[in-house]
Amino acid sequence: MARLHEYQGKGLLAERGVAIPRGKTASTPAEAEAITASLGGAAVMKIQAWTTSRKAQGGVTFPDSPASARADAERLLKMKIGQFPVEQAIVEERLPIVDELFVSMSIDDAARAPVLLLSLTGGSGVEERAGQVHRLPVDPDDGVDAAEVQRLLGASPIDPKYHEGLLDAIDKAVRLAREVEARSLEINPLVTTEDGRVVAADCRLTIDDYAVFRHPELGIEIARELDHPPTPLERAAYRIEQADHRGTFYFAKLPTTGEAGERAIGFHGAGGGGSMMSMDAVVHAGFTPANFTDTSGNPSSAKVYAAARIILQQEGLVGYFGSGSGVASQEQHHSAYGLAKAFRELNLDIPAVIRLGGNSEDRAVAILESACADLPATVVGFRKDDPPARCAERFRELVDANSGNAWSPRERAVPAFVGSPGALSFDIGPGEHWKGHVWIDLERCDAATTAKVVERGGGVLRDAGGRPALAIDPEEAMKKDSEMIACEIECAMAGAPVVYVDLPIPGVDHVSWGER
Amino acid sequence: MAILIDETRRVLVQGITGREGRARTKLMLGMGTNVVCGVTPGKGGEDVDGVPVYDNVPEAMAACGPIDISVVFVPARLVKGAAIEAIEAGVKLVVLVPDRVPVWDAMAVAKCARQHGASFVGPNTLGILSPGRGSLGMIGGKAESAKKWFAKGPVGVISRSGGMTSSCAYYIGQAGVGMSTLVHVGGDQVLGLRIPDVALLFEDDPETEAIVLFGEIGGTQEEDLAALMKAGRVTKPVIAYIGGKVAKEGTRFSHAGAIIEGGKGTHDGKVRALTEAGAVVVESFGDLPEATVRTLKTAGIAVGG
Repeated sequence: MARLHEYQGKGLLAERGVAIPRGKTASTPAEAEAITASLGGAAVMKIQAWTTSRKAQGGVTFPDSPASARADAERLLKMKIGQFPVEQAIVEERLPIVDELFVSMSIDDAARAPVLLLSLTGGSGVEERAGQVHRLPVDPDDGVDAAEVQRLLGASPIDPKYHEGLLDAIDKAVRLAREVEARSLEINPLVTTEDGRVVAADCRLTIDDYAVFRHPELGIEIARELDHPPTPLERAAYRIEQADHRGTFYFAKLPTTGEAGERAIGFHGAGGGGSMMSMDAVVHAGFTPANFTDTSGNPSSAKVYAAARIILQQEGLVGYFGSGSGVASQEQHHSAYGLAKAFRELNLDIPAVIRLGGNSEDRAVAILESACADLPATVVGFRKDDPPARCAERFRELVDANSGNAWSPRERAVPAFVGSPGALSFDIGPGEHWKGHVWIDLERCDAATTAKVVERGGGVLRDAGGRPALAIDPEEAMKKDSEMIACEIECAMAGAPVVYVDLPIPGVDHVSWGER
Repeated sequence: MAILIDETRRVLVQGITGREGRARTKLMLGMGTNVVCGVTPGKGGEDVDGVPVYDNVPEAMAACGPIDISVVFVPARLVKGAAIEAIEAGVKLVVLVPDRVPVWDAMAVAKCARQHGASFVGPNTLGILSPGRGSLGMIGGKAESAKKWFAKGPVGVISRSGGMTSSCAYYIGQAGVGMSTLVHVGGDQVLGLRIPDVALLFEDDPETEAIVLFGEIGGTQEEDLAALMKAGRVTKPVIAYIGGKVAKEGTRFSHAGAIIEGGKGTHDGKVRALTEAGAVVVESFGDLPEATVRTLKTAGIAVGG
């Protein structure tokens, strides 16, 4: 995750010579008890969760003995922040605090540079700290101006004996932020202690998603800014995003209440701004998106297929709404094939409205609607001249007509000829780390069917004595996933459902990553 | 006139021999842009659609003469180096098309631009387009459809979303109103020209009579534009839509800059700031074309192009 936990941030500070409280993280009550004992019998315990109000939510305790630490940990480690369980708590020494300072570096979009916020009023009250915040520019190369910090310290009520230590800690924190390419770093509070130390008592660190690739040492699993730890579906989506670089695919779970009357929907946008605008339109029509998804920038059919499959892993959706900017420059028929494949495999029985405006929109709408004509669900495509509000209105009519029946996630339907020795099979790989197989049911391929398949095979297939065969090198065929997904859908529409692209999604289809 | 790009500006393309570089050079030429040369290290001596290629920016400028604008199509991790090379060679406007440029790289480019008196657009910009005059970047998709969709006229478009830049122009065009220039400022947190900077350029452009804005949650660009309006530095009518009304705090919505943090950058705050500054803010995106026509008529400005 691009956001680090407190203990991770503190670890990075400590590696660079900034003092942090003695202590460790605990994942069990027994560990919390042992750590407290090692700290001399009294401690501070804080849940490791991404929330700004741990204290208000009861996530911070001050056990006076190892036994009470154990009891507190029993409770803390059962807490949930939003929908997400707490897995760890940090157990630390209690600091004899003299002054509490607020230190925060963030990126100032107007200055196009980092900015440091400092509160040096001393004392230990939050209100006092908020009293006077200094804003200091940070040079991206040279960091913060030490002379300026020194001047501010000199004018503060903080005992001069701490000044050198504070200056050093602030300088090191800003250097850390630059080194790990942080979008923000907050130490609240940085404290001085009765025994003469300067200690970072907390640390919040968020790394730039786009720089995560340069920092394998941080062990960040998903470079995505979310307000919660990644869910299994977010993990699955991120793996697809990393495996297939054609276009982008963004999936974030959004909070739903699950209450009666809430109309949760699968949301599938195209383009950042277009997605947001479309989401506003569908919410205005009375729906609650269960997720935010955006496939754009010329995504492959396979990627759009994976997005639809992942969206439809969510329970209780009353419909599926897709819409983007309306005048996409990408060829929209690729998206139509991907959506049609997913909807058909899952035998979609909730309404779907997809606004496919942009290049090749007529072709895209025709593909989507005819490929989904025999499904229980009504699937409707719209074009650029259909405003999102009208699409959302039509969606509402369809959901009402479907009595608001809710979706239950299901296994994809795989045709019987998949895996049969009589079938033609070859590998395809939408990405280096995402592989699948094409299967063609040779037993049902008479001369006429073969002709249909070859004609729709995008140059990948040839007629070999009345049966389809590979027309190209298998190595080259690996890259023809878009052609073969189009072939599968086109053949099915032409009454020849003999082609199937088996494209299991790791984390969704119970195929472990890299197994194939 | 138009802003940033017209048929007279001399344009260089960095990364011209890559897949995107080649395709977009063709597009820009088709839109009327004066693309005079390109750069790809190690490919000096080749040409792309008749445009000569050099190994680096100084060599290209030595051979082809002064360059006004460089458009960068190199992989995200190489953008910083390419942009700094162009700025240090004396190019005063650099357009950074790639997505996923690390934010500390963008800040390094900003520092270099400041030192050299240069400016940049992006990163993560679809580009800039002045109908009938020229384009920079990948905006327009295909010259053929772009020429059909975007007509000359009195409206300047500023957007934080690439797709919505074209979308705003298309729908406003359908309502009979043409455009002076469309500018996608980019989707990232740290950008070269921000919404207020572009608004000031439109304010000084005699052909632009009104500004249409597609804003989003996150950051302070919209609020900063509102401040310019209140201060009387942007006096032309502004018609705006702000995306992300239903967005929750703490989650990024596709664009790196589209995130509400610490209660800042909310939809409500932006709508309030712009409305108080006198902008027309529409609730539903579909209302934007009509509101634009109405605003122009009220101001006594002839629509059409």
